[in-house]
Amino acid sequence: MRRLLATTFLAAVSAAAFGQKSAADGIAEYRAMLADGNPAELFEAKGEDLWKQKRGPKNVSLEKCDLGKGPGVVKGAFVELPRWFADTKKVQDLETRLVTCMETLQGFDGAAIAKTPFGKGEQNNLTALATWIAAESRGMRFNLPQGHGEEKKMYEVGKRVFFYRGGPMDFSCASCHGEDGKRIRLQDLPNLTKNPGDGIGFAAWPAYRVSNGQMWGMQLRLNDCYRQQRFPFPGFGSEPTVALGVYMGVNAKGAESIAPAIKR
Amino acid sequence: MNKTLLVAAACVAAAIVAGCASTPSAQDLDKLTLDLMKASFRDEGIAKADRLNQDLGQRACSSDKAPAEAVAKQIEAEALASIKWPAGGQYVGDWREGEKLAQNGRGMTWTDASADPKANGANCYNCHQIDKKEISYGTIGPSLWNYGKNRGVKDVADPATAAIVQYTWGKMWNSKAYAACSNMPRFGHARLLNEDQLRHVMALLLDPKSPVNQ
Repeated sequence: MRRLLATTFLAAVSAAAFGQKSAADGIAEYRAMLADGNPAELFEAKGEDLWKQKRGPKNVSLEKCDLGKGPGVVKGAFVELPRWFADTKKVQDLETRLVTCMETLQGFDGAAIAKTPFGKGEQNNLTALATWIAAESRGMRFNLPQGHGEEKKMYEVGKRVFFYRGGPMDFSCASCHGEDGKRIRLQDLPNLTKNPGDGIGFAAWPAYRVSNGQMWGMQLRLNDCYRQQRFPFPGFGSEPTVALGVYMGVNAKGAESIAPAIKR
Repeated sequence: MNKTLLVAAACVAAAIVAGCASTPSAQDLDKLTLDLMKASFRDEGIAKADRLNQDLGQRACSSDKAPAEAVAKQIEAEALASIKWPAGGQYVGDWREGEKLAQNGRGMTWTDASADPKANGANCYNCHQIDKKEISYGTIGPSLWNYGKNRGVKDVADPATAAIVQYTWGKMWNSKAYAACSNMPRFGHARLLNEDQLRHVMALLLDPKSPVNQ
């Protein structure tokens, strides 16, 4: 399957290279071909099962989890996250909020989940849950709350984190995502300092990555950005990562969510 | 009365009514951000947490606003002084090796085994068009197609080309010498590439025989 996809990709790119179309058009066409059968659907189904299933030391489901719109309300929650939660006294993104629910409702050890590497154990379940919850808001528009002082503060912190230059290559998030119409190789780079448009940037993740056959949540997306920025390793769900979510999510106000999307 | 003072005065007035806890100052937010960054990133492989420590240029260029002109000038002057010129005045190597390095985007991440320059690529095509035959190029930096030809380089040893040859070496060694907040890494200064590797990339850009200059 993966080899077939890779061949399709090469064919699409070389068609673009030799034809009238731009390479970006070729890639868009290739994505459109794939979107007919986005493997993210498998993760959505798994996530929905996990939400309803009695699990963990307490053997209960997540159906009473409050994602910000009241216990058990899933539809529309994704396009309003990250947000302030009074019970934890924290601004939380989807993944950190899910960890809170897994801890308080189901009795899992939240710190242990946060320490689990991506793609292993409960992190896999977390990704599936995030995928399903995002899918329940597909087609809705981002509208993060900014009424609480901590939400405003996290936006300001997120902006500063976004522009923070460091490491051996002097990169910040803004090095790649601070201007319109830029690319790394053939990959278009959304300008995340403003609303980059429907289904682009923050409005596309979680997404299925064809190149490695993995489902990625926003936490892993940010983690890999920092790897490529040549930074040290950001803690899962740490404040800078949540603050970046606030910054990008507020900037994307009004953008339509297409998550879970499919990416190269 | 400057803006900061006005804001501070307004804050004092507001504090009497409702308290100012919800509107931290820009300086408070800078400090908070730094504290959160330091508390949240850890060593992984060759990528140690001290990579968060910023020098003057990194700190001054960490905002959506350009640094003050005097600061920019200081960054550029310090960067220019940091440039190490090549041993024996030998600026140019083999463009074939330069093309391989330009294609190679590896190095310095926490999944790379070694931080030795020999393990690194030069990452050029990630951001620049170079040889037109390569269609997969980035656009964060300017096109470098015909780089030497457009600048009249017919013989890299000709003293008439010395200025452009030296500028190109300096730009790769420490890009901030010519633009304080340049997006380009400091390949020599940050030990991303060694002198031999830099010479090869120089050849790719400047050698009249390089495909870039056809």
